[in-house]
Amino acid sequence: MMDMPKKMLRAAFGETLVELGEEMPEIVVLDADISSSLKTGGFAKRFPERHINVGAAEQNLIMNAAGLATTGLIPLACTYATFSSMRACEQVRSFICYPNLNVKIISTHGGIEVGWDGPTHQAIEDVAIMRAFPNMTVIVPADAISTAALIRQAVRHSGPVYFRMGRNPAPIIYDPSQPFELGKAVTVRAGADVTLVAMGIMVSIGLEAADRLAAEGITAAVLDMHTVKPLDGDTLLAAARRTRAVVTLEDHNIIGGLGSAVAEYLAEHEPTPVIRIGVRDTFAESGDPVELFRKYRMDADYVVKAARNALAMRDRLEKIP
Amino acid sequence: MYTNGLLDRLKRKANQIRQESIRMTHTAGSGHPGGSLSEADILSALYFHVMKIDPSNPGWPSRDRFILSKGHACPGLYAALALRGYFPVEELATFRQINSRLQGHPDMIKTPGVEMTAGPLGNGLAAGAGMAQGALITGWDFRTYVLIGDGDMQEGCTWEAAMLAGHKKLANLICIYDYNRSQVDGPISEIVDTAPVAEKWRAFNWAVREIDGHAMAEIVEAFAWAQRNTDQPSLILAHTIKGKGVSFMENQVAWHGTAPNAEQAEQALAELAQESLA
Repeated sequence: MMDMPKKMLRAAFGETLVELGEEMPEIVVLDADISSSLKTGGFAKRFPERHINVGAAEQNLIMNAAGLATTGLIPLACTYATFSSMRACEQVRSFICYPNLNVKIISTHGGIEVGWDGPTHQAIEDVAIMRAFPNMTVIVPADAISTAALIRQAVRHSGPVYFRMGRNPAPIIYDPSQPFELGKAVTVRAGADVTLVAMGIMVSIGLEAADRLAAEGITAAVLDMHTVKPLDGDTLLAAARRTRAVVTLEDHNIIGGLGSAVAEYLAEHEPTPVIRIGVRDTFAESGDPVELFRKYRMDADYVVKAARNALAMRDRLEKIP
Repeated sequence: MYTNGLLDRLKRKANQIRQESIRMTHTAGSGHPGGSLSEADILSALYFHVMKIDPSNPGWPSRDRFILSKGHACPGLYAALALRGYFPVEELATFRQINSRLQGHPDMIKTPGVEMTAGPLGNGLAAGAGMAQGALITGWDFRTYVLIGDGDMQEGCTWEAAMLAGHKKLANLICIYDYNRSQVDGPISEIVDTAPVAEKWRAFNWAVREIDGHAMAEIVEAFAWAQRNTDQPSLILAHTIKGKGVSFMENQVAWHGTAPNAEQAEQALAELAQESLA
């Protein structure tokens, strides 16, 4: 994984945004002072009349987007995940989701992958919060290729969308020809023994773990659940029925995010052992992301262990000798 | 400048808005009569004179927009909308009840004529700033009116929006402050006072005019003034009386969110009927 070419998801977002601005005159981009982080500069330069910078005022950012959406425009409200999901939480809930307005909330700096900036800027709750809002669609792309493809679908989807990216360059795992469909998980790798369900940066870590498991003779399916809500229950169910053991991978608190979504679905449809990998209900710290992932047990080594544990749990439950 | 006929008509509509607000809150057994009575004259002027609207075509792109940021005072808004023809006046009796289009706080999806969901204070002006910029981007020719209250003035997002609108010189944005000086817990002077008001807004680069929010000629003239402003957003500081028009409700904080019982409603309606005859 480490030697794969990498690219920032937000860079791919910014590039695609300029193309979308050309194709869709109704797109308006709103920033809250950190346009350099969100990579919206290309759009702002090309379409200054459709770019609004509200300054450091995230509640105002979301409310302006709500007002703009009522005039038939498609606003993209761009800021860090901590701010859009928590500082402006009620604005997103009551003024975007409740009236079902066509606003896309574009967030970066999701997860402890943010690294050096520390816990104030590492959003580990945002997916849980956004997932709890009726009418909200939650998208967490895994690499630059899927970011470009999914943002195109997000702006054409009618209704609120939360689009979550990380901060750092991430391994490019997809070929540009890979098709993506909102609400449809990608089976990045097929496998019969255990299913790894991942979102965002954790898809590449899941692939790294799958490589190591393969060396032990364990074939792991890797699902990229890029749309966390609505969850692709069909693909999840098929994989869970085949492997009977599931591990979820998210750069997010294990409470309320992808792991919860998967466990909820399987508990109601196909009770299956599930082990959740993610931030274990704690605030992390500043540091190099690779070191943080190791310390907080979210690296490939730990995924391998969790996969073995999931298999043991399955065998115990199903009394396989 | 304005004919007595116009002003009398607007006063009568304000009186009807007040009567319907009393009926609605009484029938529902809950709701917010105090603020509905204080804003009634402003709503009458907006819906029956100032705003460019067409109830038979509520989605008309170039219509003027109104946001009730102090969404709890929606009995007044619903009454104005019904009287203006957005939905039957009889429907006001369903306010706050199950399966009604008239929610406890405004819902822009359910209720014809409601332009923005509201209730949580401090958000309406920012939504209005978005609409005002939407007009500039789309080229549709409309103004956005936002009515705020004392609680909105205390919320931070109002000032984020005020700073943005002042900076961007959003002259198509007009804010009216229903300055009745009282909130749930008491008079604002005993909680957190919003004064000095005019100076605050001027410092945020808004044009400000101060009026008696119950003097119809002043209200109508203030909107005409605001429409003439071309390089600044406008703030109309309307001095009002909470519970205006009903003797036992006037300036009584308790009537912020308390519904009148049968006897109280009867007395209130009798007083208002008397006023409309006078």
